[in-house]
Amino acid sequence: MSAGVEPGALAPRALLARPRALAASLRAELFAGVFCLLVLLVIPPIANAFWLKACIAAVIAAISAGGGGLLYGRVGMVSLCQMSLVGVGGWICLRLGLGTSLPFPVLLVISGAVTALVGVFVGIPALRMTGLYFALVTLMAAGAFEVVFQTTGFPNGGAGPLGLISGFQARATMRRPAMAHSDAAFFRYAVVVAAIVFLLALLHLRTRPGRAWTAIRQSEAAALSCGVNVTLYRLWAFALASFGSGIAGALYVASVGSLDWGTVSARQSIVLFAAILMGGAYSLLGAVLAGALLELMPALFDTLNLSGNVVLILFGIGIVQVLATAPAGMAGQMKDGAMALRALALRKAARA
Amino acid sequence: MLEVDAVTVRFGGVRPLNAVALSFDRGTWGLIGPNGAGKTTFFNVLSGFVTPVSGTVSCFGDDLLAMSAHRRARWGMRRTFQQDQVIGELSVAGNIELALDHTRGRASAHGVEEVLDFVGLAELARTPGAKLNAMERRLIELARALAGSPRLVLLDEPAAGLSDSESVELGRLVAQVPERFGALVILIDHDMELVASTCEQTAVLDFGNVIASGRTGDVLRDPQVMQAYLGTEEAAA
Repeated sequence: MSAGVEPGALAPRALLARPRALAASLRAELFAGVFCLLVLLVIPPIANAFWLKACIAAVIAAISAGGGGLLYGRVGMVSLCQMSLVGVGGWICLRLGLGTSLPFPVLLVISGAVTALVGVFVGIPALRMTGLYFALVTLMAAGAFEVVFQTTGFPNGGAGPLGLISGFQARATMRRPAMAHSDAAFFRYAVVVAAIVFLLALLHLRTRPGRAWTAIRQSEAAALSCGVNVTLYRLWAFALASFGSGIAGALYVASVGSLDWGTVSARQSIVLFAAILMGGAYSLLGAVLAGALLELMPALFDTLNLSGNVVLILFGIGIVQVLATAPAGMAGQMKDGAMALRALALRKAARA
Repeated sequence: MLEVDAVTVRFGGVRPLNAVALSFDRGTWGLIGPNGAGKTTFFNVLSGFVTPVSGTVSCFGDDLLAMSAHRRARWGMRRTFQQDQVIGELSVAGNIELALDHTRGRASAHGVEEVLDFVGLAELARTPGAKLNAMERRLIELARALAGSPRLVLLDEPAAGLSDSESVELGRLVAQVPERFGALVILIDHDMELVASTCEQTAVLDFGNVIASGRTGDVLRDPQVMQAYLGTEEAAA
């Protein structure tokens, strides 16, 4: 949740030796922290039930967008199966949440970890490909997941390995964490979880893996000749993004109570990638914007009585606009805008 | 000590390297030859980007061909490329940290400050790689190759695109590397003055074959070398 962070600028040790560098790097975190706090305090009291639900969905979407954005913006990998991995996380959380009485934070971590493992399993063969081929392999994986989700369904409280009810039993829905039953409380819970996941990503970007990923994105040959195990680091990035997707899936099922295959279809993965491009793949702020585009825009159209499909058309136009004029997405445009404003203010101040 | 024996590389019907046998003892070596002689392919074999169809490469007693490219880098094989590979989004210090991240025994290794001081660019530590000029890029690449515990440093046309005076400055630094960093250096360049002033010894490749190897002065006067590479006019000069 921070604006454009220079990846792996300096190791923490080097930063401590240079207070000014430390201050500059902390400004981004400070900004993100204030933003989180504002969101936590302001949104629940002013949003009605409809918008609160949309905001919860946007926070969750921002987490999966963060993973996809990290893969594309930092490592240069286009993954088109991020929503399938959200489905995997949701499946694990539903299965364990309905079948056991494990506390919710444990469910979150297990869902994230198992999804990371599944991601690695998909990633090992896929990472032999690069560029367009990698994107295609992940899209095919998304198609395969879609078929599996569609035919087996998601756990709904039954016994047996798939957790499905039989006959006329009532469907069970996923419980929320004890401390976050109401929508307002769950919204705050989701924001805190998102902040923790983003902090984990930031920790990666600022240190050794961040440097390795940046090198890989520019030149695999340079990375190799610096001793970077390119396959391992790409796999690591994929596992980290999958972990985020798994967490997002668990939050989603706790928020809504259940999951259906349409929510995590291959098509949704493509829409997510489009939103990442528009929001901006190079910063975590871009992920937040992508989450807002994905969930708040359709909600807005809903209140205006417009068809939700108009959003898809706007996404198409938006991508063309972004790719042609602003490769760093809306986050990049906002940063440029803020810099221009600052320059203007400084000039005014100098003249006064 | 680097021993290369009977190394052959085949790309389809072409043999960029044909049973190459060379031995580099220590210090700074030049590797010269006309375009297409197989110099860069030779570096690619050493650094693990190209797998030879036959032959052996052993360096300080270790079998290099048995290691993957990134393992060779960790072992102490460092190389630069004809086109500079400074990572634009990382700071200068970040570029060097990148190499240090994957170094064994980091505590005793040559650190960021040391290598930046060596190339005289300590004040650029926080500058983004993308903002460097051509000479700074070449120097940062050299610094990055020396960070950690380098044992074999391969420099592929490090002076390409530099002015004469910059080239001299770079050569002066490269010549100090064996003593200061304890590494064997091999330098590919088309600039004969740079090679002559920097390298005590030189090997010459032509169409994938070794045609000479030994003290730089002797090699550059070798009639076969002059005919293949320098042209006979310069022999008269």
